[in-house]
Amino acid sequence: MADPVIRVRGLSKAYRLGVISRQTLVDEFRYWRHRARGRDPRRHMGRVDARGRAPMEPEGLFWALRDVSFEVDAGEVVGIVGSNGAGKSTLLKILSRITEPTSGEAVLRGRVRSLLEVGTGFHPDLTGRENIYLNGAIMGMTRREIAGRFDRIVAFSEIERFIDTPVKRYSSGMYVRLAFAVAAHLEPEIFVIDEVLAVGDVSFQEKCLGKIGEIVHAGRTVLFVSHNMGAIRKLCSRALWLDGGTVRQAGDTQEVIEAYLARLASREGEYRPDPAEAAAAGPVALRRVTLLDARGGRCASFGSDARAAIEIEYDVRESTAQTRVGLRVVSEDSTVVWTSVDTDPDGRGTVRRPGRYVARCELPVGLLAGGRYHVGVFADRRLGRELLFESLNALSFAVHVVSGVGSVSGEARLGLVRVACPWTTEAA
Amino acid sequence: MTADGHGTAGGGVAGAAAPVTRIRPGAPVWAIPWREMWSYRDLFAILIRRDLTVVYKQSILGPLWFVLQPLLTTVVFTVVFGRLAKMSTDQVPPFLFYMSGTVLWNFFAGCLNSVAVSLATNAYLFSKVYFPRLLLPAALVATQFVHLLLNVVIFAGVSAFSMWRGAPVRPTAELAWLPLLALQCGVVGMGVGLGLASLTVKYRDMRLALPFLSQLWMFATPVVYPVSLVSGGPWWNVAILALNPMAGPVDRFRSMCLGTAPMSGALYAAGLAVGLVVFAVGLLLFNKVQRTFVDTI
Repeated sequence: MADPVIRVRGLSKAYRLGVISRQTLVDEFRYWRHRARGRDPRRHMGRVDARGRAPMEPEGLFWALRDVSFEVDAGEVVGIVGSNGAGKSTLLKILSRITEPTSGEAVLRGRVRSLLEVGTGFHPDLTGRENIYLNGAIMGMTRREIAGRFDRIVAFSEIERFIDTPVKRYSSGMYVRLAFAVAAHLEPEIFVIDEVLAVGDVSFQEKCLGKIGEIVHAGRTVLFVSHNMGAIRKLCSRALWLDGGTVRQAGDTQEVIEAYLARLASREGEYRPDPAEAAAAGPVALRRVTLLDARGGRCASFGSDARAAIEIEYDVRESTAQTRVGLRVVSEDSTVVWTSVDTDPDGRGTVRRPGRYVARCELPVGLLAGGRYHVGVFADRRLGRELLFESLNALSFAVHVVSGVGSVSGEARLGLVRVACPWTTEAA
Repeated sequence: MTADGHGTAGGGVAGAAAPVTRIRPGAPVWAIPWREMWSYRDLFAILIRRDLTVVYKQSILGPLWFVLQPLLTTVVFTVVFGRLAKMSTDQVPPFLFYMSGTVLWNFFAGCLNSVAVSLATNAYLFSKVYFPRLLLPAALVATQFVHLLLNVVIFAGVSAFSMWRGAPVRPTAELAWLPLLALQCGVVGMGVGLGLASLTVKYRDMRLALPFLSQLWMFATPVVYPVSLVSGGPWWNVAILALNPMAGPVDRFRSMCLGTAPMSGALYAAGLAVGLVVFAVGLLLFNKVQRTFVDTI
């Protein structure tokens, strides 16, 4: 083979962070008025948003991708793995031409189709037939190509009877099947696929995986992002591990996945921010967040009746007044279960002298219902008006219900908390 | 975002050498991917069909709306500006006068309004799939052309009926220029729309200013009053006429359909020049913004 089909060289992408956003002409005007009066606009225009993010973030750049280089030869199937925020989506967006890189270059030889989502552009008022044409054309097919594959698409989707019904009347399963059917018949030379397999029922997922396997075996070049290590192992000849926006390891699928999984396991129950991130922090910098079980060992899950605690280690670099450190426990569906700060109950901050501190928060025993939770940690001052650091998703942990309310096996009790309410019942 | 001059990222023709897509930052703003847009012509047609189909399917009255809308607008104008304000219509029957003003103006406003919100309303689409972004506003303008065609037919019907009833209007042979006139309005509407769409990415309140802007612009254009009302006025009245790229086409349409006296060729040419500049600026602005706008929304 002469040239590689995909050649990526020094690809980087920076997003601007923390700049006071001037989203309206009114904001723009206020911004310049503050500047003209010699004041820091950030001090006057900051707002605390719904997530409690405060306004004093330093202005700067966030590198979602940094100097990423790799090559893919014709017919290779490369899996891309990495944790959330590692840069996988950004890489796909650039290779799909949805956004432009900040620097670097990518050269793709052959017809590229990318699938970041199935059913993009589907219109609820149009029929299945019309949507096949619309979606196919949006994905880059010509009318002739779609017409030639139309029967196969319909057959694959198994919705022949409803092909002339508006898709707004489809069940979600039918909708997804039709959407995937179009995507599966793109027949490109280079295929860039984001995690789109998690759709439909199990039997349809099997069919999708089978179809992707077919695409793979037809000798196409495929870039495949997934959190499903089984699928990557099965489909990909090589793997690329992205971590913090850079290529951490590339090569044999088995080796890369093993290294990646080992790294994930080593981080269970503990979070340490990037050294670079910590160095750039302000007067208070986060060093470590750890989940501890009843015996004080690191853990990733605990029983509902067991004691557990969260430790937050941080450095104070300059003496700051009205400072506090806190954590938020957030459920899987992003509901904040509670927020707690180290100066509770009154929640007012205190003076912190420079030095290293370890704050320890005991989690209430038996409160949380079974399931997964995420922990965000932060430090702020002046009752949250000024954020010193924040890590929205530092840790996650699982709670297993072993005794007490809702512990009878097989029962799925709804609710975020388990409360033993006193009940009385009298014959009336 | 750029496909360089040698390659297209779109559907390569079978048998031709593999298309090469080069992705790198910093393409010049004037690098508009014409070739690539051509390769997506089927999508262009399908987008137009979608917009037309959806409009017809969504409303109970369906296509009837397109007949009713210009007629109702004209009735309102006739009552407000003709009966109540008693503004001059240059001896033309008021109903025909107002309707002739709204035909091209509504087309222009339709282009302007739909293009100006096209980035914001299709942000989700653009963040999931790539196709030449310019295709979408272009399809919106083409859709407006179809509506215009219908409006012209309705207007022709109303005119013929009035002439049969003895209205003193005389269509002229200049009517043959109508397609070019419409093109001019489409170009200006698209240009201003593209510029506003680009600004909306940064300033969201632009969207709120949009209805106000198009309303104001309508009153600066001889839609509900004849050019003769302003062309003899103070110098700034004439300056507005000359700088307004919509004054010429709206006035010219009226003169060619109803036989009123048109504005001077010099005024028309000035408006045309302004219109072309506006289009170029809007197009380049859009081309610059579209490359990374998904990062900011």
